[in-house]
Amino acid sequence: MNKTVNQKAWFLVLPVLILVGFSAVIPLMTVVNYSVQDTFGNNVFFWAGLDWFRDMLESERMWNALGRQLVFSGIILAIEVPLGIFVALNMPKKGFWASFCLVLMSLPLLIPWNVVGTIWQIFGRVDIGLLGYTLAKLGVNYNYTQNVIDAWATVIVMDVWHWTSLVALLAYAGLQSIPDAYYQAAKIDQASRWKVFRFIELPKMAGVLMIAILLRFMDSFMIYTEPFVVTGGGPGNATTFLSIDLVKMALGQFDLGPAAAFSLMYFLVILLISWVFYTVMTNLDKRDGV
Amino acid sequence: MTDATSAPGAASIPGDVSAAEPRARSRRRFRPNGSVIVMALYLLFLMLPIYWLLNMSLKTNAEILSGFSMWPRNLTLANYEKILTDPSWYMGYVNSIIYVTMNTAISIAVALPAAYAFSRYSFMGDKHLFFWLLTNRMAPPAVFALPFFQLYSSVGLFDTHIAVALAHTLFNVPLAVWILEGFMRGVPREIDETAYIDGYSFPKFFVKIFMPLIASGIGVAAFFCFMFSWVELLLSRTLTSVDAKPIAATMTRTVSASGLDWGVLAAAGVLTILPGALVIWFVRNYIAKGFALGRV
Repeated sequence: MNKTVNQKAWFLVLPVLILVGFSAVIPLMTVVNYSVQDTFGNNVFFWAGLDWFRDMLESERMWNALGRQLVFSGIILAIEVPLGIFVALNMPKKGFWASFCLVLMSLPLLIPWNVVGTIWQIFGRVDIGLLGYTLAKLGVNYNYTQNVIDAWATVIVMDVWHWTSLVALLAYAGLQSIPDAYYQAAKIDQASRWKVFRFIELPKMAGVLMIAILLRFMDSFMIYTEPFVVTGGGPGNATTFLSIDLVKMALGQFDLGPAAAFSLMYFLVILLISWVFYTVMTNLDKRDGV
Repeated sequence: MTDATSAPGAASIPGDVSAAEPRARSRRRFRPNGSVIVMALYLLFLMLPIYWLLNMSLKTNAEILSGFSMWPRNLTLANYEKILTDPSWYMGYVNSIIYVTMNTAISIAVALPAAYAFSRYSFMGDKHLFFWLLTNRMAPPAVFALPFFQLYSSVGLFDTHIAVALAHTLFNVPLAVWILEGFMRGVPREIDETAYIDGYSFPKFFVKIFMPLIASGIGVAAFFCFMFSWVELLLSRTLTSVDAKPIAATMTRTVSASGLDWGVLAAAGVLTILPGALVIWFVRNYIAKGFALGRV
């Protein structure tokens, strides 16, 4: 769409600018301020330069948290994206059952994140939870509060449970946009199921799928509430992801300097991914020619 | 096979194919095939944990701890009764609903004109601004928890509903702008121009003509603002202590205390799912669009 140039449009954007400026820029400046200063208490601060950044870059704690975070995000993407596509391909195309599936699949997406944690905390308990009880009956020594592997498995299954539907719904929306003529043409060519998927469905889904992957990466990269409720970051530090570690540092130990430096680096990563996301979105808009 | 043999008569092909189509569809509906089994298994996987929560919420604490059963033996609503009569519980819901509603109203009100500007005009820095909004939607709440705490404490808003409502605008305003922009670009510009020729002023045009046209978009944006504010825990917990404590925080604090009442906790969880579950039917076709920031 060729838009008209109109500088007065700024006035329409102004309220948003002020509001988001207030709730984003001011806090971010506070963070920047803390990241370059040190204190001996009593609100006396002095200039520390880039020391905190250097400290954080050398800190094993941050690298470990980052490592765990990347492993976590990698695993859930590797599970959720193929599973989501698979589910989308099997969804009914129209009619009552399509709506029925849509509604049930959307349900986990709309549950408050701490309740998601609570649900799995209960579900996985060996004494009162269906999952934990069944596993114990089957003779599996399962305990997500003690065993690192079990804790990871629980957190990952929880995330798959929570968010696979999002990937599926987006992929489904992509599939819905394919005209019947494409499938008819494939039928005439006697294309196999795999070829239909590879050369018709996958290219048509590519755009929305990219959105889904970026959204999932981004949201899993900032995950806090669900693992916090289920495992509290434990056992030990086994499920302490970036956000959990950051909150521990900033609000728990009140290490303002390191936490602020940590925050800024965290934010830069997010900024980078946002840029990729934005580029994908605008390219998608252009391709659709809207 | 039949398609291939009848291929020489090109005109007959579409007829053949579409005749085969309803047969395939009716088979899918009436005979359990692979798709049905896959969907049934997936939905079972999604529903089991939720069922378990519901199951526990209908048991007494004694029954939960004494033995294992797939459904409540002595069906009881005592857990719900406790929540709905104890102020320390039900005020959590009231607080949550207050700040969520405030947040939704603020977000939509400021996002509407901005989304219109982004969808209709190009102006200096529009692309940068649009990107900057996106980064705020993506900003990790953990980064903002401490500065928000200090900011709202210093202006005396700590532990008020408006503080949480304003804090949540950080990600909800960008979300609303993006979603609304996605809907607005679908409205042809000719409508705007015709209205101006007919002598409508901008505010009158916007309220009388444009807003009804994108009513479903506003509904979807409002729903997603409501939802994202409702599900967020970290910021709302950090910014409140007593007077504005949200239900989510009430629940986590019960967890950390000793002597857990699992039944009540489960009932509280079920009640937080309700608002989403109630409206889910109306937004079912927009869920993907809303999560994808209006871009599907």
